[in-house]
Amino acid sequence: MKIVVCVKFAPDSTAPRKFSSDDTVDRVSVDGILSELDENAVEEALKIRESAASDAEVVVLTMGPEQARTAITKTLQMGADAGVHVVDDAIHGSDSIASSRVLAAALERTGFDLAVCGMASTDGGMSVVPAMLAERLGVPQLTMASEVKVDGTAVTIRRDGEVATETVEATMPLVLSVTDAANEPRYPSFKGIMAAKKKPVEELTLGDLGVDAGEVGSAAAWTTVESIEERPARTAGTIVTDDGTGADQLVAFLAERKFV
Amino acid sequence: MAEILVLVDHADGEVRKTTGEMLTLARRLGSPAAVFVGSQIDTAREALKKYGAEKVYVLDSSDLTDYLVAPKAEALARLMEQHDVGAVLVPASAEGKEIAGRLAVRTGSGVITDAVDVESGDAGPVTTQAVFAGAFTVRARVTHGTPVIAVKPNAVTPEAVDGAATEEQVTVEVSEVAKAAKVVDTQPRQSSGRPDLSEASVVVSGGRGTAGDFAPIEALADVLGGAVGASRAAVDSGWYPHAYQVGQTGKTVSPQLYLAAGISGAIQHRAGMQTSKTIVAVNKDPEAPIFELVDFGVVGDLHKVLPAVTEQVKARRG
Repeated sequence: MKIVVCVKFAPDSTAPRKFSSDDTVDRVSVDGILSELDENAVEEALKIRESAASDAEVVVLTMGPEQARTAITKTLQMGADAGVHVVDDAIHGSDSIASSRVLAAALERTGFDLAVCGMASTDGGMSVVPAMLAERLGVPQLTMASEVKVDGTAVTIRRDGEVATETVEATMPLVLSVTDAANEPRYPSFKGIMAAKKKPVEELTLGDLGVDAGEVGSAAAWTTVESIEERPARTAGTIVTDDGTGADQLVAFLAERKFV
Repeated sequence: MAEILVLVDHADGEVRKTTGEMLTLARRLGSPAAVFVGSQIDTAREALKKYGAEKVYVLDSSDLTDYLVAPKAEALARLMEQHDVGAVLVPASAEGKEIAGRLAVRTGSGVITDAVDVESGDAGPVTTQAVFAGAFTVRARVTHGTPVIAVKPNAVTPEAVDGAATEEQVTVEVSEVAKAAKVVDTQPRQSSGRPDLSEASVVVSGGRGTAGDFAPIEALADVLGGAVGASRAAVDSGWYPHAYQVGQTGKTVSPQLYLAAGISGAIQHRAGMQTSKTIVAVNKDPEAPIFELVDFGVVGDLHKVLPAVTEQVKARRG
C-alpha cells in the first residue's frame, strides 16, 4: 500500500505573521514549520502503515520554497519513509486552485492508494484542497475524519458535521483528510531524528510534473487581493479585581451593553 | 439580473440562520436564488421566501444526500450551466467549503472561503476575510469564472424581504464517480437545547480554570440565551466534547458577546474568538493574556463570580 501525505510549510502560528509586499503570505522572513494540523495527517498515515497487513510505505509530499524542506524533514523524523518536494520559483503565490493542480499532478506521478491531508493549513485555512484533489483525480473523498478504519482497501470514517455525525465509506484509491481529533501526533524520537538523515527526498520541478508555469503562481491566481489592513489592537478594557463585587460590576457592564 | 445561487443550510428542512444571512448578501449582488437539496422543502419554504429568495430550486434525490459532497458540487455546476449565475454562496461549514472547492475546480472559477462580508463591486463581489487569527482584514475578489464564496455565520443581519420564491423542481443526474463516498449512517447531533456555537450571538466558554466543572458555564450560557464553548485545554482534558472547542483547531466564533471563564487566552484560542464584538473574561490569574483582549475583565474565581452573575441576571429578568 502506498500512502502519500500532502503537507504544507506554513508560518509558525505562534509567531507574528505577516504579508509580503506582493500581498502573499510571507514564508521567508517569518519562521516556517510543518503546518501543525498536518501532523495529524502524518500520524494517521503512520498508524495505517503500522497496522497494515501487507507492506506499506508513507511518502510525504509538499510544494513550496527551499525552506519547505524543513516540513518534510519533520515528517521523516516522525517516521515517514521518503519525501517529495515540488520546488519551482513559478509556484510562488499559487492559490488553492493552482496548489491542487500541482499536488494532483505530483500524486499522479508518485501513485497512491491513500492520499492523506490535514483538516486545514494554519495559514490559509481554507480546507478546500483535499476536496479539490478528489475532484481532479476522480477518486472518492473521505474528508474531515475524526476516526479512520482501514480494512483491506475499504476505508470507513466518522465525520462530525455541524448538524450530524456521519459514517462514510469508500474504496481505495482515495483522498482522506483527518481532523485534530483523529489522533495524537507522535514526537520524533532520537532514533527517528538520526534515521531521517538517510531517508530519500526527491525534488521535482513543474516541468517534471508536466504542469505549465503559466497555470500556477500569483499571475494565474483566480482571486486577487484588493486590500490588506492590520486590525487595530483592541483598546484596553476595564479590569477589576473581585473583592466580592466582581459579579455586580460584571452585571452592570453587561447591562450597560444591553446584554441583560 | 443575474441569479445569485445560495446553497440552503438546513437540518431536515429547518433552515439555519446562515441561510437568511446568505440570502441577504445575495440580494446585494443580484437576484437571490435558493438551492434546496433534500426532501423537506415544505418545512423550509416559508423561511426562504421571508428572506427574499426570488427563486427556489428544489433538488430532491437521495443521490444527492447519500454521498459525500461531490454530488452537490455537480448539481450546483449544472445549475450554473443552465442559468445566468453571477455568484454562488455556500455556508462556510466543512461541507460547504468542500462543495465550494470542487465546484470551483469543476467550473474554472475562483473561490474565496470564510467571508465575513460580501459587497457588490465594479468588478464583481468583494469579500472581507479575517486572517491570521483575526490580525488582518483582507478584502479580495474572484477574477476568473463565476465567484464561489463560502460565507461565515453572523456575516450580516438577515433582512426580511418578501421574495417571490418561485419554485422549480430540478432533476440532476449524478455521475458514478461522484457516488464513490457513501454515507452509510447519519446520527443527528444531539441537541443541547442551546443555540449552535458558530451561530450564537452569545458564547460562554470554559477552560482549564473550570477544573472540569462546566455547570457554572452552562448555567450562565442558559440565562444569557447563549451557546457553550470550551478551550482546547478543557477539551483535551476530556471535560467537554471536541465539537464545542473554540480556537484555531476548533470553531471560529464571532458573537456579539464572548465570555471566557478560566481561559488563559493562548494564541490558539484567541484565533477562534478575537473577532467577537464584546469580550469579557473571568480569570484568577491577573497576568492571563486574555485580559489584553477584553472590554471588561474580572480577576477572580469563576466558581464564585459566574454563579453570582447568573443569579443576578435571573433576578433582573424577574
